[in-house]
Amino acid sequence: MVNLTIDGKKVRVRKLSTLLDAAGKLDIPIPTLCHHPALSPFGGCRLCLVEVNGSPKPVAACTTFAKEGMEVVTSNPRLEKMRRTTLELILSDHPQDCMVCERAGDCKLQELAYFYGIRENRFKGERRIYEKKDGNPFLVRDMEKCILCGKCVRICDEIQGVGAIDFAYRGMKTKICPPFERDLDCEFCGQCVSVCPTGALTGRMWANKGRQNFKEVDTICPYCGCGCNITLHIWRNKVRRVSSREDTPNEGWLCAKGRFGYSFINHRHRLKKPLIRIAPKEKDEGRGRKEEINPSSAPRPSAIFREASWDEALDYIAVRLKEVKEKHGQDAIGGLSSARCTNEENYLFQKFMRAVIGTNNIDHCARY
Amino acid sequence: MKKNIIIKVCTGTGGIASGGEEVLSAFRDAVSSSGIKAIFNERCSAQKVGCRGFCAKDVLVDVIINGEKTTYKHIKQDMVQRIVDEHILNGKAVEEWTVGEDYHTFHDRQTKVVLSHCGEIDPEDINAYMAVGGYDAARKAVCSMTPKEIVDTVKNSNLRGRGGAGFPTGLKWELGMRIKSDIKYVICNGDEGDPGAFMDRSVMEGDPHSVIEGMIICAKATESGHGYIYVRAEYPLAVKRLQMAIDQCRENGFLGSNIFGSGFDFDLRIFQGAGAFVCGEATALMRSIEGKRGMPSPKLWRSAEKGLWDRPTVLNNVETFANIPRIIMNGAEWYSNLGTERSGGTKVFSLSGKVKNTGLIEVPFGTSLKKIIYDIGGGIEGGKAFKALQTGGPSGGCIPAESLEIEVDYESLAQAGSIMGSGGMVVLDETSCMVNTAKFFLEFTQAESCGKCTPCRIGTKRMLEILERITSGNGKEEDIDLLEELCRYIRAASLCGLGMTAPNPVLSTLRYFRDEYEAHIRDKRCPAAVCKDLITYSVVEELCTGCGACKRACPADAVRGTRKSPHRIDADACVKCGTCFDACKFKAIRKQ
Ligand SMILES: Cc1cc2nc3c(=O)[nH]c(=O)nc-3n(C[C@H](O)[C@H](O)[C@H](O)COP(=O)(O)O)c2cc1C
Ligand code: SF4
Ligand code: SF4
Repeated sequence: MVNLTIDGKKVRVRKLSTLLDAAGKLDIPIPTLCHHPALSPFGGCRLCLVEVNGSPKPVAACTTFAKEGMEVVTSNPRLEKMRRTTLELILSDHPQDCMVCERAGDCKLQELAYFYGIRENRFKGERRIYEKKDGNPFLVRDMEKCILCGKCVRICDEIQGVGAIDFAYRGMKTKICPPFERDLDCEFCGQCVSVCPTGALTGRMWANKGRQNFKEVDTICPYCGCGCNITLHIWRNKVRRVSSREDTPNEGWLCAKGRFGYSFINHRHRLKKPLIRIAPKEKDEGRGRKEEINPSSAPRPSAIFREASWDEALDYIAVRLKEVKEKHGQDAIGGLSSARCTNEENYLFQKFMRAVIGTNNIDHCARY
Repeated sequence: MKKNIIIKVCTGTGGIASGGEEVLSAFRDAVSSSGIKAIFNERCSAQKVGCRGFCAKDVLVDVIINGEKTTYKHIKQDMVQRIVDEHILNGKAVEEWTVGEDYHTFHDRQTKVVLSHCGEIDPEDINAYMAVGGYDAARKAVCSMTPKEIVDTVKNSNLRGRGGAGFPTGLKWELGMRIKSDIKYVICNGDEGDPGAFMDRSVMEGDPHSVIEGMIICAKATESGHGYIYVRAEYPLAVKRLQMAIDQCRENGFLGSNIFGSGFDFDLRIFQGAGAFVCGEATALMRSIEGKRGMPSPKLWRSAEKGLWDRPTVLNNVETFANIPRIIMNGAEWYSNLGTERSGGTKVFSLSGKVKNTGLIEVPFGTSLKKIIYDIGGGIEGGKAFKALQTGGPSGGCIPAESLEIEVDYESLAQAGSIMGSGGMVVLDETSCMVNTAKFFLEFTQAESCGKCTPCRIGTKRMLEILERITSGNGKEEDIDLLEELCRYIRAASLCGLGMTAPNPVLSTLRYFRDEYEAHIRDKRCPAAVCKDLITYSVVEELCTGCGACKRACPADAVRGTRKSPHRIDADACVKCGTCFDACKFKAIRKQ
């Protein structure tokens, strides 16, 4: 453990804690744009510069270890002036279009500019202009808004283990891009979107679907047994975005399905009630597929299925299972479960098959 | 009498560019085909010799007959036959081609330690190196010295890192020695990204074995088993010669396992960099070897603790390593006595710009800048007035005439607002515009920024834009203050040395030549008449003879006038190319 003072307050932190960690313990705010607690330290934005006794130059709080007896000053006119200059410089190379930006209101850069009251900018000059092209279905990458914090690069490499993007070029032309500036072709987990502090990375499905007055509903991702915690951003009773909070068991990380696979919720084909087949079996072999290919030639679903209540459906299943078992024996029955069910549900299902039906014919798309 | 004839031809990069290889083969042909052997019974050897540091006079050739050396300058292939005929056959040197007094003062006033072998021995032959005591130091260190003894010797020698920052090498090695790890690395930094610098290249090309020997000694001191030499791929000759040297070392048992039969293992390999300036920065260089993008990392750990692949690493510059064998053989005291109290030994500089003798020079620390420019450099070319000395490459600053008395070392240059850097020295005379000079260096640094941190990536670009504004006549009164503020901010806030030093050219010129900035901004005038947008060409009527040379030369048809009467330049049509200025024989064109 080491003892130090920050802005006159004493604090005791573990060895190898950074000054940013230590200030966090005292709830002293230090602005940052490139820091993320789960990613390796970067030290790029230079907003977290603080003064330390004995050092003529300010040091970056995110990349300096706390040492015994250190006296740290996190804010004074000199430091605040430097932070202002940093923000002015970043903004001098940033499109001034918060009005129509997808991330307005949810943007760290905008928030800092607001707190520092940056209305006028002393630095005017050339701004990066990039052609907007990225033919992928999930992410919009507006690299003119990128502030090169490198979080997307680090999360892709360090958390996701994919490494689909990196820095390229030098000087003002420095840019984050996939190899050879091709279109992004990755897992599309959207982890990069979740950490981007600006509007440089957004979900394609978010576009113009609302940014304010979201109702946030915490729930569990329905896609697999992992049960990641997700937060639905709802406006006018429709899900507009999905995110995840950092203080959850999945630490805010999601996969492509959890983050972007929410359009089924309001899809007209979504099953909401049990259906019982009414048409004879022979007639509709391979029908599901055919319907998709040529919907006009296929019989309407209502001609094959009819809606039922859960009670009726479950009773019907129980009766039919019993009949089949009596007539053909228990091994004539097999059960297929789904990875979209929870572990508990899958456990119960195999228990049901083995103990109630009495068969080992039980499987699952990810195997039991 | 049996004559002993040795011919040495400069085949460093400068020499090769001037035709060194052709000159060498011409000598070989001429000597053998003229049947000299049969008649005079002579023995000739034509050796390849590395850089001799006087590139202005390439190709340089030494003809040594029975130990008596004659040096020729500017030798071309077709001049070889005459030298062979008159000098080698008849013993009469071709006087008009020999080097003059300036060549001797250039060399005699230097103290060669690092460069002592360059130009003297064949860099491609390990035996030539061993014949002058090569690998004695490594053998001594590996076989009979403890790591602590080596570290103490280096510490006492007062050797400081030649890569720019001047960190005491002994201290660095001591840290490396103290930290325990099964894998440790020694890295030689041969990236040399400063435009115009070629000290490290000359050492790697002209005396590669001394670098390797220094690394072996460092490996023993820090008990490291692996080494890398990081050389930019633009230095193919350095890469080739280093690789030859490594191969020869392995054959001789100086690299590999059980080196010098001592039981100690050390091997090294070359890593070729892709030529980014920032890859010379130690942490960026290590990331580059790891296969990542060469971007400086924050110094949470010292390299001696966690460097390459998070293993303890000692990284030094080429010249730093090349000094080591000499220190081990001649002793720490000898070396520290060469320099000043704060910095031991000598430093190699590349002297260029508006000075008579350009090339590589080596002088002890404490030599005055005046001595370097006037005694060794031979003064300003063309009798013009000295204006400033730019030192330290793009990260350095300009030192004015008033400060030429200072004795060169890391601290004195820093006090004068510049840096030692890797040792570039560019002499500027009255025809250099200081605002334009600062702009030139900033163009380089801002383009080479790795882009990681805001001050360096965007700040230097904004500085450059302000300078562009000033030099094009659009400068505003408040621009100087804004520039100064940006300079101080970028220097304090940047992550690595590139950003921290990038403002130096602007800060130092603002300090010493503020009036030039003011002239550009207030009077829209470039005092040195360099900035194109601010100069005008006009005809001085009294001097104009009406010969019409300017009129014929002007590509824009901007000169008006009839023969034998004074001409006039139409300012609207003039494209400011300066052709008329050069064409006039009567100095009747005024540029201001
Ligand atoms: C932008 C930048 C470029 C550098 N380029 C070089 C270089 O080309 N060669 C070099 O030896 N050191 C270079 N350095 C210095 C190295 O970071 C390092 O300090 C040095 O190689 C250490 O060796 P030394 O102790 O022997 O000087 C550079 C530093 C910076 C910040
Ligand atoms: S895209 Fe976003 S996360 Fe990635 S570097 Fe740019 S600003 Fe940072
Ligand atoms: S100072 Fe420049 S070169 Fe160094 S890390 Fe920052 S952006 Fe990169």
